[in-house]
Order: sequence, then structure tokens, then C-alpha cells
Amino acid sequence: MTDGSLVTVRLPQSLAEHAGGQRELAVDAPPGATLADVLDLLASMAPGVDRRVRDETGAVRRFVNVYVDEDECRTLDGLRTPVPPGTVLFVIPSVAGGAA
Amino acid sequence: MRIAIGTRKGLWTAKGGADGWEVSQPLKAMAEFSSVAWMPRGAGDPPRLLAGARSWFWGPSVLFSDDDGVTWSDPEHRAIAFPPDAGVAIERIWNLTPDPRQADVVWAGCEPHSLWRSSDGGSEFTLNAGLWEHPHRPEWMPGAGGAAIHTIAPRPDGSMVVAMSTGGVYRSADSDSGWVPANRGIRVDFQPEEYPEFNQCVHRIAVDGGDPSRVYAQNHGGVYRSDDSGDAWQPIMEGLPKDFGFVVLAHPSQGGTAWVIPIDAETMFPPEGRLRLWRTDDAGATWAETGDGLPDGHYASVMRDSAHVIEHDGDAAIAFGTRNGCVFASLDGGRTFTEVVSGLPDVLSVRISP
Repeated sequence: MTDGSLVTVRLPQSLAEHAGGQRELAVDAPPGATLADVLDLLASMAPGVDRRVRDETGAVRRFVNVYVDEDECRTLDGLRTPVPPGTVLFVIPSVAGGAA
Repeated sequence: MRIAIGTRKGLWTAKGGADGWEVSQPLKAMAEFSSVAWMPRGAGDPPRLLAGARSWFWGPSVLFSDDDGVTWSDPEHRAIAFPPDAGVAIERIWNLTPDPRQADVVWAGCEPHSLWRSSDGGSEFTLNAGLWEHPHRPEWMPGAGGAAIHTIAPRPDGSMVVAMSTGGVYRSADSDSGWVPANRGIRVDFQPEEYPEFNQCVHRIAVDGGDPSRVYAQNHGGVYRSDDSGDAWQPIMEGLPKDFGFVVLAHPSQGGTAWVIPIDAETMFPPEGRLRLWRTDDAGATWAETGDGLPDGHYASVMRDSAHVIEHDGDAAIAFGTRNGCVFASLDGGRTFTEVVSGLPDVLSVRISP
């Protein structure tokens, strides 16, 4: 059940082991928070997730997509995208099979 | 004897020797392993296997295992990360070199061009500020494989020589600061100035096993030797079938002995499809083909971190891997080779442990 006062972050299975085995984390983000703010809060909760989703400059890695509800953040305002309470973030690795 | 094999897509080890080799199942998958290293531990303990990994999705990391790859460290923190004010991120860990002078010290050469030091066996690395802030750095360029410090040579006198593509050879008297270019005599053929102070595309260097002030370099076009720690270089490619390649190995204890694996620069194939080493026992004055058991009709190259030599039974053991997923090993100084494994992905890194 999603708490409407929190931001929900849904992780792929491959990141769950770095979040205490959970596929879903609830982040208590303040009103007015941006995606960067939420990811900073996520980093304090699950640093192993953060270092895989973002590089040390804070940029979302090239083959990682972060959806803010229905839209990938790069199609919105990137890390400056507003993330109000109740939002669901989906972390989804790209389809990058061509590299294999 | 152990061989670590890092590939474009996964990590393996092989154990064995004269009686054959047993190759592991994939120890890791879905990541490229540009660098591997064995770090000796206490007597009776298996060596630490270090691996420079890059997941296409989740980025680079340094992993290590103290039980031959059964279990792995996978730190939640960033083992290697630029400070916030650098404004760049680590792309690849091209080389991992345990320091033979100090227990638990491991050096890493990374992309973008940067040198890192760990004093805790590979858990955390610190950026070498002297080289990162070098005034030449804005002019160092990525080679075709990417910007890389790919060779790290700690020397007994406390000094260090590193090599990068492109950038060339640099030397520090204390392995920390005062980095100076050491490229005089190494020719470049990709810019108007043939003998620049720096920016040579050095593919690999190796320190002579008998004289640490003698260094060999396989350059992008040309094989060279310096007898004064890189102050001046002389060409030593006379007698080789090609002057291009990515590998140079020096015998760990036998001064004057070194090997290269020539590659045709036009085709990137071994010359005439003959995958062979060429050996010198007189510091490059003469060369002879070696490597019975290596294949003919072989058209895959050998990358710069994909070959290694260690002391073995009064001679040298050599192992190397190819871009078509083969690994070959020799226990007699490169005279004869056996195939350790074939059918792996593109081999990027190979290291042997006794």
C-alpha cells in the first residue's frame, strides 16, 4: 500500500539486494522536493542503490531510466523534476542487449 | 597456479599447471572486467582476487574475493569516486596493480586518466592529486580504447612509472608527486611533431627484471627501451615482424629478457595470422619468434592488459588471452604454450598467481 504522504521508489530485482531485499522503498520527501532531492534521501537509506543509479557527479547513469510516475525523467526536467508526495518513481535498466 | 581472466562479459579463473587447467564457471556475468589482479595474503591463504568491473547499467566498481571467487565484496559505498569538485565520474578501471613494496596497497589506473591508491587492499581508493592536477592533463587524449592509465610500475627505490594512452610515460620519484614526462625518443606518427614531450600513445611498458632503471615500451608504432628510467628511449624494433602491438612483458628476474606480441597495425591481425610471441634475451638487440603450440590462422588481437608473466620454477610462466576468447599459458618462458580455454567472450585482462 502506498502512503500518499511519501514518495515510493520501485526497484528492479537486481537492486533489491542493495536495499535490504526490498523492491519498494518509501522516501519521506518534503513538499517541493525535486528528483535530485529524493535521490539524495534514497542515497542515505540505500547507498548501494544510489551508486548504481547515479555516478558521483549526481547524474543518472546512461543506461538507467528513472520514471516519475509515467514519464522518464529525461523527458521531463531531469533531476530538477518536481516529485510531490504520492509520486511513484520506477528505476528501470535500459534495454541494452546490443552491448552483450 | 591460478589465472584470472576478465572478459567483455564476465570473469573466470583457471587453476592448474603442467597437468592441465580447470576453468571455473563464470564467477561474474553481465559486466566487463577491464582489470584483474592477484594480491598475496598470509601464508596458507589464497591470494585476494581483485577485479575492476563495469556494469553497463550500474557503473564501475572494484570487487574482491578472498576465496577464489566463491564470495565477493561488493561495497555499498563507491570504492573509487572523484571528489565532488572534480565534476567528472569514473568510467572504467583499466588497471589494478598490487604494490610489491607495501602490503595491502593497491594502485588503480582509470578512465578518465587518473591514478588511485588503496591502502586497505582495494576497499577504498584515493585519487593521486599530483597526476590529476598535472598541467599536461587537459592535453591527454583518449586512445581508441578510451582514456586510460594502463600501466603502473612501482619500483624498489620508491619511485613509480606510469603509462597512459594517450599521454605517454610519466615518472614520480616518490610515487606520489612531482610527475614528469619521460618520453624523449619515442616517436609519434599521428601529429606533425614527431617527438613531442608527451602525448605518445604508449600501449604498455614493463620494467626489466634485472635492472629497474631499464624499461621497455610497446608504443603505437615502435618498440623502445630506456636504460635511465625513461629519460631517453631507443628504438629496439629491428628484427620484429611488426612494430605495433599492445603487449610487452619483462622477465621478473632475468635481466634483458622480454617478450612482445606483434600485431599488424593495418589489419589488427597477428602478422600472417601467426599468433606468436617474440622474445629478446639481450634487451632488444635481437628478437626470435617463440611459442610452439600457438595457432596459425588466428585473426584475433591481444589487448594490453591481457598478458602476464611471473617467475616460475626457475623460468617464467606466461599467460595471455585473445579477443576471440582464448587463453594460452606457457610454463617454460614462452617456448611452448597450451590452450587453457577457448570460447569465452573477448578477453580484456589476464593475471597469473603462483
